[in-house]
Amino acid sequence: MKSKIQRLYLFIIYFLLYFPILILVIFSVNKTKYSLVWHGFSSQWYQVLLNDVEIWSAFFNSAVLGITASCIATGLGLLGCMHLFIHPHKKFRSLRNLLLLLIIIPDIVLGISLLVFFNVTNLPLGFVSLLIAHITFCLPFVILTIESRLQTLDPNLYFCALDLGASQMAALSKIFLPLLWPAILSAALLSFTISFDDVVTSYFVSGSDFSILPLTIYSLVRSGVTPELNALCTITLIISIIPILIVHKLTRKKT
Amino acid sequence: MKNKSLSIKLLYTWFLCFAFIPLLLIVVTSFLSKDAVHLVKLPFTLNNYAVLFTPLFMKIFIRSLLISTITTLVCLLLAYPFSYILIKSKIKTHLLLMIMIPFWTSSLVRTYALLSLLKGNGILNTLLIKIHFITNPLNLLYTNFAVISGLVYSLFPFMVLPIFNNMERFDFKIMEAARDLGAGPLDIFFRVFLPNTKKGIISGCILVFLPAMTLFYIPNILGGARSFMIGNLIQSEFLEMSDWPQGSATSIGLILIVLIFVYFVRFRGKKQ
Repeated sequence: MKSKIQRLYLFIIYFLLYFPILILVIFSVNKTKYSLVWHGFSSQWYQVLLNDVEIWSAFFNSAVLGITASCIATGLGLLGCMHLFIHPHKKFRSLRNLLLLLIIIPDIVLGISLLVFFNVTNLPLGFVSLLIAHITFCLPFVILTIESRLQTLDPNLYFCALDLGASQMAALSKIFLPLLWPAILSAALLSFTISFDDVVTSYFVSGSDFSILPLTIYSLVRSGVTPELNALCTITLIISIIPILIVHKLTRKKT
Repeated sequence: MKNKSLSIKLLYTWFLCFAFIPLLLIVVTSFLSKDAVHLVKLPFTLNNYAVLFTPLFMKIFIRSLLISTITTLVCLLLAYPFSYILIKSKIKTHLLLMIMIPFWTSSLVRTYALLSLLKGNGILNTLLIKIHFITNPLNLLYTNFAVISGLVYSLFPFMVLPIFNNMERFDFKIMEAARDLGAGPLDIFFRVFLPNTKKGIISGCILVFLPAMTLFYIPNILGGARSFMIGNLIQSEFLEMSDWPQGSATSIGLILIVLIFVYFVRFRGKKQ
């Protein structure tokens, strides 16, 4: 009896979580535009999207931005983590506090402070400003992901390798890279999804000439519910779900 | 070693330039006056902070706090038993993945999904009318109810994950030991299980409460004029009214609320 109630509870929660998404997906392939009744399968709304130049360019911009931001953030975060791992010193505490501050500070505050900063430094709003903002909010995630994996390793591994005659590069690339690559890939993929889906910070630093997908969706949402938008949202969901599935596979192997 | 010490310097420089200095700029801006052409001008003034205490602003602040608190409580009440059942489940990893998916996917898209569900001629109303539960469509959208359900729907996974991670480390044998020593179910819960999982609850509350106040697009999409929150206020001050000093002062107010909240929950958590 008790386990039945528990199962029912789980079922209700998952149902509530996934029902709206399910409806969204179903209506993105429904034939008619305004009816709530199922009129048969049709991919016409996806074709409408395919022919929409503006959405394509926003999609392209978002993808390029997400990939660039995630690569730079992962590289920068990885180098920093490795350095602190091999040469642990007091500075790490201050970095940790800085990261904590960055995580606690609401996205909207980061957005407006960067907007003011770009205004003061005369940097035009567009790709570069978005890239800087995205790298800044991805970095804490990258560092925390890689650092939690590094904590399970022994820094002496590196010095052993050096003693046995490995060069610095060889010690890093042949010993740490194989041990760390699931964490590195997870960090990169998660950074990509965060960057690809970010609305709040981007809203302030995107400027008017450079459109990215989440902001395009936002402006469309405010004008109402349409099947094309359902299709667009379905595609966005799929693009963010794929990296999560990969990350899940990677981290499960470890345990 | 030279190139690697460069890497750490790069990291610090990055945070200094693109996080710390911009935040300082906000503090400076909040003491300046508004200018129609250059956005800000001298002299320094405390006026922007005085405005925060006018009834109009206080109303928005209190409403934000209220809505965020309700959201946090609803999430906690739903997520706590949920995480417990999840821990005990045999297909834990799969169930956890199904929480990770909404955690990482766009909350804007999920808010939109909720919009098509709640609207006047949406699925929910149509269904309720079909089963003759109601005769006229309910006005669900553009209310605080819609905003709170949108926030709960978006932030629920942020409450589950920390609580789940914390409970996973809890040794359930302690509960058996307590039972053997004669503790009743209520005693076991309040004196053994709850104190041991408190850290997870605190992290979860922080992760839900803070975004709840600032995710301005959720009240914007689902709420009406009466669900205007701090996030919306800052957004409109910066982008619609171009009143940067006032917007900065409002953000400083927000940061103070955030710090007080975090300090309060963590301090209370550590003391006991």
